[in-house]
Amino acid sequence: MALTGVEIFKLLPKTNCKKCGHPTCLAFAMKLAQRQASLDACPDVSEEAKKILGEASAPPVRPITLGVGEKAVKMGEETVLFRHDKKFVNPCAFAVEIKDTDEEANVVKTIEAVLDSEIDRVGQKLRVDAIFISNESNDAGALESLSKLVSQKAPDVPVIISTKDPAAAEAALKIFAEKKPILFGANSENLDAMAKVATQFKVTLGITAKGLEELTTLTEKAKSLGVEDMVIDSGARKAKEILEDNTLIRRAAVKKNFKPLGYPVITFAQRDDSMLETLIAALGVAKYSSIIVLSSIEKWKNLALFTLRQNIYTDPQVPMQVEQKIYKIGEPTSDSPLMITTNFSLTYFIVSGEIENSKVPSRLAVMDCEGLSVLTAWAAGKFTAAKIAQFIKESGVENEISHREIIIPGYVAILSGAIEDKLEGWKVTVGPREANALPAFLKSRAS
Amino acid sequence: MAFTPPKESYAGKVYSVTVGTGDTAVTFGGENVLPFHGFEGETPNRPVIAYEIQDVPPSDWPESVQKPFESVSSDPVEWAKFCQDTLKAKAIALRLIGTHPDRENRSAEDAAKTVRDVLSAINVPLIILGSNHAEKDSSVLVAVAEAAKDKNCIIGKAQEANYKTIVAAAMANNHKLIAMSELDINLSKQLNILITQMGFDKEKLVTDPMSSALGYGLEYTYSVMERIRLAALTQNDATMQPPMVADIGMYVWKIKETQAPESDLPQWGSLPERGIAWEAVSAMSFLIAGAELLIMRHPQAVEAVEKFIGEMEG
Ligand code: B12
Ligand code: SF4
Repeated sequence: MALTGVEIFKLLPKTNCKKCGHPTCLAFAMKLAQRQASLDACPDVSEEAKKILGEASAPPVRPITLGVGEKAVKMGEETVLFRHDKKFVNPCAFAVEIKDTDEEANVVKTIEAVLDSEIDRVGQKLRVDAIFISNESNDAGALESLSKLVSQKAPDVPVIISTKDPAAAEAALKIFAEKKPILFGANSENLDAMAKVATQFKVTLGITAKGLEELTTLTEKAKSLGVEDMVIDSGARKAKEILEDNTLIRRAAVKKNFKPLGYPVITFAQRDDSMLETLIAALGVAKYSSIIVLSSIEKWKNLALFTLRQNIYTDPQVPMQVEQKIYKIGEPTSDSPLMITTNFSLTYFIVSGEIENSKVPSRLAVMDCEGLSVLTAWAAGKFTAAKIAQFIKESGVENEISHREIIIPGYVAILSGAIEDKLEGWKVTVGPREANALPAFLKSRAS
Repeated sequence: MAFTPPKESYAGKVYSVTVGTGDTAVTFGGENVLPFHGFEGETPNRPVIAYEIQDVPPSDWPESVQKPFESVSSDPVEWAKFCQDTLKAKAIALRLIGTHPDRENRSAEDAAKTVRDVLSAINVPLIILGSNHAEKDSSVLVAVAEAAKDKNCIIGKAQEANYKTIVAAAMANNHKLIAMSELDINLSKQLNILITQMGFDKEKLVTDPMSSALGYGLEYTYSVMERIRLAALTQNDATMQPPMVADIGMYVWKIKETQAPESDLPQWGSLPERGIAWEAVSAMSFLIAGAELLIMRHPQAVEAVEKFIGEMEG
């Protein structure tokens, strides 16, 4: 729970010196409580007050970054339990497990699959985010050589090193120095030594426990040993336990500001049955996991999980949208076809993708409908004949093309007459309903 | 700091609804907590998955989901028996899509005959769905409700545009009823109120907040379901307490992800698994958002979701 203005006021110097730009300390305290001011503005605040206020104003789930550079993943910072209340902040990361007992040929295959996992969906580049390097053998040398192989083949991919052996951890961490890996595997038996390694290498420490009570004890102890950045595992493995523990952790952090559990959660979804594993991972996506460890990354599975993550982590208030304009696809000439659609990202990317597939250079007029799909926009009165006519006239497309034909989505065939009435001299052609019929449609017109 | 699990208890409870008759009747709903929150309350009934079949051959379904039914789907009776006997379906949802004016435009009498034939061939509960053509459904669903009198089926879907006749028919013939509105908690609440004002028992309703597919509006259905369930539990809002249905197959099996071959889109991976995963992930998402009844198509997707439910209960 954040502090109230009055609680904050009690910690301030109470001199009303105005150096912070506010008439009184109380006024400044009120602004702080609303998070509209920063404590730095008061030069006279005591170190102790700084510490208390800093902790109280920290986000309920601590922000953690895994990896460096373009592929770095941010996690934590969540503030709510339900996505309709407020946008979920940092999409969870998917990590594939590679064991140091796996055959080298398989290891190489998996690394290559990670490197080749990137998929473009609705304008976002999505990929398997990290590799979870497992010390299954309990042998330090095996972990070290697997780590070397991973860092050689996939130098930019963030890694999580999993071992219970502090000496093995040290050897592996040396290989990833400066790359912000996570060291996972601190438990009730090895915590002191693991905390030491984590602070020495300045890495995030992954804590694994048997239940939430033990987890609380362990994170508090790690903190007293100087570890600030942690990710946490309650030991939940079955779907039922994952839902229960993740829910209680998120509630404790967000509603009670319970700091010992205010860290990103790592979830283990591995199953022999890859389809079931997909569903367990999907549970983690929807219910509060920040890292999800998988045993395999088939492309079909990635696509489904990436898509769910994108759905769950979109802003519930603002649909994803693209800019209103006439998009050129391929290199259209003045004779090329002109089509129209709405500016909902999903609609735009599906339609433009299919036009690309057709290899027929085209223009796609994308009209601002506040990010609604074609039918929704039509039902909401935003994709009407009058508005379409006005948009086409004002877009200037008439100067770019020599013909006067516009192709409309099949689902709004009903608009064709009214558009012809409002756009003088134009011919309206009704296109197919589903965009996947566009390539055949465009090709048959072109020939 | 000692850890006290922040458990919650709620003021409200979801109604439990029973469909079918005799030993094979099934009950869903009945929980007084969020989905699968057995750790802080009661979750007496397992969610139910109904296999979708239709009155005409599934020529509009993509190949990968036509295939498991190819030897039986030319006849709704054979298809229903196959789902019950071979796939061990706990319930069957018969969609009378052939009655749609743009499709085969089958008559209400034809539909009633299909329903009678299917009912006499199976003993698991039957859900009877129209073609979603508001006007045609209001005559078709009346005829089939009569044909299925006292079999304790679920009839659907009643929408704002046609609920009156459908509600009357469900009431007169002792059926449960699906009330569907379009992705809006207020519309859903309003429709449930209109229906109960006609004298329909609110404990016999099933809410359909409208489904969608992963990647194609899933987040809207998901959030509307979560909001409906929270209203039922935290505000004890009786109009929001009927269990919810997610009618998934028709949304999932029309999109590109369940149809495009791997040869066209190598980055999307194997088509059969992709389709199954798409249906299963959509279904699973709605389960944890609040659905207790699912209508699905692919046997392997159903199997995966059943395993998931098993782990959730287990
Ligand atoms: C998610 C959704 C919503 C979301 C909005 C999401 C969004 N950003 O648009 C919300 C919840 C806000 C919503 C609201 C409403 N909705 Co709505 N919604 C849907 C839903 C489930 C999915 C829409 C979607 O994302 N489609 C995916 C995109 C990609 O589809 P698309 O834009 O149409 O594009 C496809 C084709 O049109 C074609 N295409 C697109 N452009 C072009 C261009 C050319 C040239 C060609 C050839 C083809 C082509 O290709 C695309 C892929 O094949 C649909 C039902 C459904 N499953 O379709 C209902 C639906 C569109 N909604 C409907 C309605 C009625 C409404 C509301 C009026 C009802 C209400 N609840 O108040 C409101 C209106 C909104 C408002 N602001 O007032 C109806 C429309 C009825 C009709 N036949 O006109 C639908 C069809 C539901 C139904 N009854 O079955 N909705
Ligand atoms: S600068 Fe500090 S001491 Fe001065 S008025 Fe502001 S809060 Fe008070």
